[in-house]
Amino acid sequence: MRVHFKTTYDHDIRLFADARDALRYGLLVALAVALPFLLDDFLLGEATNVLIWAIAGMGLMLLTGHAGQPSLGHAAFLAAGCYAHAILMGRFGLPFAASFVLAGVIAGFVGVLVAIPALRLHGIYLAIATLALSILTEDFIVLAEPWTGGVAGMTAPDISILGMEIDRLGSPDSFYWLCLAVAVLVTLGYRNILRAPFGRALLAVRDSEISAQAMGVSPARTKTAAFGLSCMTTGWAGALMGHFFYTFNHEVFTVVISIQLLLMIVIGGLGSIHGAYYGAAVVAIVPQAINVARDWIAQVSGAGGVAIPGLEVGVFGLILIFFILFEPLGIHGRMTKWRVYFELFPFYRRDMFRRQKSYLRTERMR
Amino acid sequence: MEILQLIVSGLANGSVYGLIALGFVLIYKATEQVNFAQGDMMMLGAFIALGLGNDSQIGAPFWLACAGAILAMAAIGWGLERAVLRHLFGQPQIAAMILTIALGFLLRFAAGAIWGHDPLALENPVAGKTLRLGGTVLGLDEVATIAVTVVLTGLLYLFFRRTRLGIAMQASSQNQLAAYCMGIPVRRIHGSIWALAGATAAVAGILFASKGSIDPGTGFLGIKAFAAAVIGGFGSLPGALAGGLIVGLIEPFASRYLDAGYAQIVPYAVMLLVLVVRPHGLLAQVHAKKV
Amino acid sequence: MTLLEVENATVRFGGLTALEDVSFRVGQGEIFAVVGPNGAGKSTLFNVISRFCQPASGDVRFEGESVLGHSPSGIAGLGIARTFQNIELFDRTTVLQNLLIGRHTRRRASILPQIVFAPAVRREEIAHRGAVERIIDFLDLHPYRDNAVAGLPYGVRKVVEIGRALSMEPRLILLDEPASGLSVEEAGDMRFWIEDIRAQLGVTVLMVEHNMSLVSAVSDRVMVLADGRIIALGAPREVQSDARVVEAYLGTGTAMR
Repeated sequence: MRVHFKTTYDHDIRLFADARDALRYGLLVALAVALPFLLDDFLLGEATNVLIWAIAGMGLMLLTGHAGQPSLGHAAFLAAGCYAHAILMGRFGLPFAASFVLAGVIAGFVGVLVAIPALRLHGIYLAIATLALSILTEDFIVLAEPWTGGVAGMTAPDISILGMEIDRLGSPDSFYWLCLAVAVLVTLGYRNILRAPFGRALLAVRDSEISAQAMGVSPARTKTAAFGLSCMTTGWAGALMGHFFYTFNHEVFTVVISIQLLLMIVIGGLGSIHGAYYGAAVVAIVPQAINVARDWIAQVSGAGGVAIPGLEVGVFGLILIFFILFEPLGIHGRMTKWRVYFELFPFYRRDMFRRQKSYLRTERMR
Repeated sequence: MEILQLIVSGLANGSVYGLIALGFVLIYKATEQVNFAQGDMMMLGAFIALGLGNDSQIGAPFWLACAGAILAMAAIGWGLERAVLRHLFGQPQIAAMILTIALGFLLRFAAGAIWGHDPLALENPVAGKTLRLGGTVLGLDEVATIAVTVVLTGLLYLFFRRTRLGIAMQASSQNQLAAYCMGIPVRRIHGSIWALAGATAAVAGILFASKGSIDPGTGFLGIKAFAAAVIGGFGSLPGALAGGLIVGLIEPFASRYLDAGYAQIVPYAVMLLVLVVRPHGLLAQVHAKKV
Repeated sequence: MTLLEVENATVRFGGLTALEDVSFRVGQGEIFAVVGPNGAGKSTLFNVISRFCQPASGDVRFEGESVLGHSPSGIAGLGIARTFQNIELFDRTTVLQNLLIGRHTRRRASILPQIVFAPAVRREEIAHRGAVERIIDFLDLHPYRDNAVAGLPYGVRKVVEIGRALSMEPRLILLDEPASGLSVEEAGDMRFWIEDIRAQLGVTVLMVEHNMSLVSAVSDRVMVLADGRIIALGAPREVQSDARVVEAYLGTGTAMR
């Protein structure tokens, strides 16, 4: 086990625990930057997809993982960001950067508007309300046809930054770098929040609203701000998603996407930034893995291509059940346990990460 | 007279929503877990009845198929609690929520793999027949749906009032710890509750599939039943049924008097309104946390 | 000098009167204990002061200013901290984080500088960290600094909760049964800590406690509540021999036999 001998308070505050930690993340970013030179276009597209999902996941993670407010409606904010960006850029001719930033701000503003009535709701009630919101959004996109193109959908405008044309199909490399830049910036901002007073306020509201109040943390303000930041981030992911799909309509932002987003961060590990990335990777890998497995089975058995519709969803469901039952802390939790196991070997105890159980919530109704 | 038809078809749909909502509330009251797979259990119940009863499948007599589906769903409900949900005892609500969403995925996958993804109708004795009432023509299937729901509600009422098991279920739903101390086997009760919810879901599914058709995606109907449960206040059984009827009644009138695009969002809009104005439903009482 | 003043506070829950016409003053630098049988209204009194509960009539003034216009989260900003009877810590975070949340009212930076972690935010964080370290020193919490709260023993959690309240640097601290559930040794430690809270940190203490030996050892004055009314108020020794207090605790006539 590494022992950190702390000599200043800054040790507890700075971004990386030690030089090794900084080196590890530095190498990771370097690898991510070099990825276009290592992968073919198809795999790079998948990597871009992972990044976009991870950004959306970080948005939801802030709200659900850190502020403790479950949302089953984040596809609504993906849609808000995506359409706001496409309209600002395509219709009002704003330059990409301005439109992109503004789209996030608009999605965040929508989030704040949603938060105000949602402040009264807790736990499953909030989940159900946001679920309804997600359904309403789908219908709203169809109804707002003059702006959104309704069922026919919209086309994402071309991106041009400083005279450089970025197009997901024409120049997948630069689009990937764009997504990477956004992902890294969001991650940094997220990390900063977590080590600042606002991040602690989120944890306070998540763990006990009553004592958060006694500590001077206003749950209403904290939750509203969390909604705003969360939806802003998800909105950015939505804007990128628009470019990624090139054409999109209401069917891109269904309730299923909302649900998938929540399930994704649960698999990744609630309450950690890592979790958003792990979850996004799982979401991207599962369909590919199924394809590979299917081809392999077809080859081995000699039968033709067996197509089972809905298999993806079934496999995803199984993975989730497995995690909830055996690893509620998600992939990140599992990784942490393994790391501790090796660092402490052979002194690891099974109960080091024992789950805390709680019975009989008093907040329930009769 | 058109109004009467709208009311009857609304009540018939509402009965189905109400029965699904009843399943949610049964489980929520007893275990504090929300079963997001209740709609999918309804779908599966309908498919089992269909698989047993339809001529192209096994072709058993209709009543036998229904009994079989209800028993099978009760067993599945009991089995799910036993195999999966029991392990979540004492964990946060959101864990159970996500778990049941995942279970719903699995049920949908299973139904799709066995019966395919095309809509199928359940062959039944009342399909297509009509009932003349004065000058009004009513679908016999719709009237039968309402009648079955009324009878089932009565039976459930008697069950909770008169039987030992029903009273034990009520007790453990009000205070798990106290019930446990009084010698009620709380965990076993949870299993029975899930079995009951499964059976109710099967009835709802049979009623639904008799009036129209089902496919594995029908489970999403559960979201409308959520609206029903929320409107009724998540903790009340009569509230769930009433909420289901309200949602059911809103729908035909909304689609009669509003544009199609707006009509389908009305139930959700009503649900959001209820959540915001009376977060704990129209009927429920709230107990704030004590410090 | 009067720090906290409760004037004619009355609280009703439906038909039940939890507090009736309760008036008292807590002086600056005092250790003031509230005792009474279960259901006497002690916790309600605390909830009124920390604004979790709205009195039907009456007023609560802190440093001469009414607190009733403040929200529960605004009370902390005035300089009133509290602990809870059944420990309400932020379970899924570390001890250090819990104490740092106590610094929330002292934060200056708005959210945008926090997102970019501007140098001012870093300076502020280092200052908070230092303030919290002093509390850790004061309460001997060093071994648990980076531990998750959920796994700590009950007695330690109790101390962490007091530490969290103290890191607010309050003028007044409300301790809701600080010694309940503690072992004899832990309760002994608690006694010294309560005395030190006043002596070293200069914080006024208002506490609810059942442990009479602790109450009589540390408190300057004791107020006895029964059925929502004050039945005695004075130095611990006077109060203990008060006939009405004996009656409230032991029942009518018991004192005679």
